[in-house]
Amino acid sequence: MGSRLKTFRVRTAIYRSAAMFSVAAILAATTSCSPSPDAAENKTLKIVYQKTDSFTALDAVMQDAKKEFEAAHSGVTVDLQPIQANDDDYGTKLSLTQRSTDTAPDVFYEDTFKVRSDVDAGYLLKLDSYLEKWSDWPAFDEAAKEAGRADDGAVYAVPLGTDTRAIWYNKAVLRKAGIPVPWQPKTWEEILAAARAIKAADPEAIPFNLYAGKATGEGTVMQGFYELLYGTDSTLYDEHEKKWVVGSQGFTDSLAFLKTLYDEKLAVSPAEALDANVWKKVFGEWFPKGKLGATVEGSYAPSFWQKGGAYEWPGYEQDMGVAMFPTQKGQEPGGVSMSGGWTLAVGAKSQNPDLSFSFLTTVLNKKNALSYDINNSQIAVRTDVAADPGYLAANPFVKDVSDLVKVTHYRPATADYPRISTAVQEATEAVITGKKSPEDASADYDAALRKLVGEDKVLEK
Amino acid sequence: MTVRRVLRLLPVAPSIVLLTVFLLAPVVWSFHASFTNAALSGKGAREPQWVGMDNYVRMAGDDSFPLAAWLTVVFVMASAVLGQSGLGLLIALLMTRSSKAVSSWVGTAVVAAWVLPEIVAAFAAYAYFNRDGTLNQILGGMGIPGADWLYSFPMVAIILANTWRGTAFSMLVYRAALADVPRDVSEAALMDGARGWQRLAFITLPLIRSSIATNLMLITLQTLAVFTLIWVMTAGGPANASTTLPVLAYQEAFKFGDIGYGTAVASVLIVLGMVFGAVYVQLLRDKRA
Repeated sequence: MGSRLKTFRVRTAIYRSAAMFSVAAILAATTSCSPSPDAAENKTLKIVYQKTDSFTALDAVMQDAKKEFEAAHSGVTVDLQPIQANDDDYGTKLSLTQRSTDTAPDVFYEDTFKVRSDVDAGYLLKLDSYLEKWSDWPAFDEAAKEAGRADDGAVYAVPLGTDTRAIWYNKAVLRKAGIPVPWQPKTWEEILAAARAIKAADPEAIPFNLYAGKATGEGTVMQGFYELLYGTDSTLYDEHEKKWVVGSQGFTDSLAFLKTLYDEKLAVSPAEALDANVWKKVFGEWFPKGKLGATVEGSYAPSFWQKGGAYEWPGYEQDMGVAMFPTQKGQEPGGVSMSGGWTLAVGAKSQNPDLSFSFLTTVLNKKNALSYDINNSQIAVRTDVAADPGYLAANPFVKDVSDLVKVTHYRPATADYPRISTAVQEATEAVITGKKSPEDASADYDAALRKLVGEDKVLEK
Repeated sequence: MTVRRVLRLLPVAPSIVLLTVFLLAPVVWSFHASFTNAALSGKGAREPQWVGMDNYVRMAGDDSFPLAAWLTVVFVMASAVLGQSGLGLLIALLMTRSSKAVSSWVGTAVVAAWVLPEIVAAFAAYAYFNRDGTLNQILGGMGIPGADWLYSFPMVAIILANTWRGTAFSMLVYRAALADVPRDVSEAALMDGARGWQRLAFITLPLIRSSIATNLMLITLQTLAVFTLIWVMTAGGPANASTTLPVLAYQEAFKFGDIGYGTAVASVLIVLGMVFGAVYVQLLRDKRA
């Protein structure tokens, strides 16, 4: 009896503190959520975008655009709401805000590969009638305009910039191994040969890293696996047939290449590869300290190293070199790159669509676009920005990475793409950890793909 | 009489309202969503369709689900039932015999982990088990080669971390219960020649039975729901090797935006919690009869 009474006392104490805590939490939540009354002439635009420790370029442009816009439109308040999160979590949080009219943003930062599925979801406003009247729209690159086009043929988003992927290498590490710079491998075999030479010259160095595994998410496929796959005779998705490729030799070959890299310890250890923060070490530690020979990274790489970047490195312009990722056996067109990029869009639930679009054009005017493209090492999508001397002089690599647009590929922007990408990442993880052979991992991927998209959406190739 | 009955309900009314709004409603919503194709993006976000049992059928054919369910049971049994409750009872028993200074030192050390907010405890555990972490440095200092614990033994790492974090609660409950075990019963058994372990098994444990059952129920339900600790330490990896049901539900609902499937996994988690709860209630009842 006594023990039960005691337990009861302990339990009531727990319940009581829990109840008090929840009351406090609710009070805090209700007070912070109470809507501020909007006077009729005072309009507020809610702007949602991403900001992280290493990505502040957009925030800077947004702050400028806010000042510019508020000065030009009296009575309008621009409410900037940066979300501090990585790409995946940013997408999730953005989607969650869009589920209710009360929280949906007026203008937001949107990944190109999510445009189509978010249009299906009814989150994006159709911009055709606004773009017609916007005098700057013809200045946008024709290919870039496609980034915001949905399946119905209308444009829903305006690109901020694009990017390409290339091999970034540390010249000092290559020279030490007797590899002449500038370096341009012609085949996968030449990459392996160079990596083995680096290993022989310095056993402590990481010769050639390629991201793999689920921890690095889209980085695994965009800066790694797709450079391999799209350089074989196969592909991921047949754009004409609108079908996904299964049973491809190229897929198995690409996994086999990863296996060679990781088995011969030419890349990072599998445990390091499966750390979601491995890319921070690549930019912040291994490249600047001359511990890493080469890796595949985005054209935005200099944005980390330049003045004001997350990992300032004064010597990067001399120490680093950039090369095109080769095709498997040197087949045409000789190189591979992948492109993505982000856009700005207007919320379909916006109460002030005209003002919102007007703010969007302020962010994307020539001055702001130029400053963003330079600070974030983006490849310009406005032809007038691309021709600007300030843009070309931003860093020594602008021309090299911009030229890769000729050999670049885009991800299939279908609604089920994120799951398929995860299946690819799982295949790479199984191979580098030695759990599966490239053939088995490839077969697993085919099976997963058939399950995800259905028999009628796959193609043997 | 009826007025008095209504008045008696008055003090609990706020908590009933709060529980309904913030606990029952989400559970009902989540259960409902598990029968739809609700999604964060795509057509399922605009107008979710009723898909009946589709999500549950898919779960049966999904390789990652049975693994996650199994890992969840392992995690609960190892870290809550054996780890937290077992270790908590052991420490509480030892404390009844130890000197006041020792018991207060041990008590403080154990409670320290409990006082930390979950996210802080999770980072501490991550820093401890990490490749370059405390554990490997200590082992290295003694000349023993370490391992990459979070990568090679992810389940062991999260089980130990959850045990470390939660033992204090069980210890406190058992200390309170042990303090109430009447000394005369124990002494009578001693006179009858019962050894230490016999007194523990036949006198002490049966006397604190209801505390044990209540404690097990609370820590089991809490451990079933552990998310932050696992997410910070291993994020469910490598290759789903530490993906328990809450992690799986989160990934499906928020990483892949498949709210329907994610809530279906969450519903299974609720059912699993009810099964554990029912077992404990049954145990309590049987012994009393």
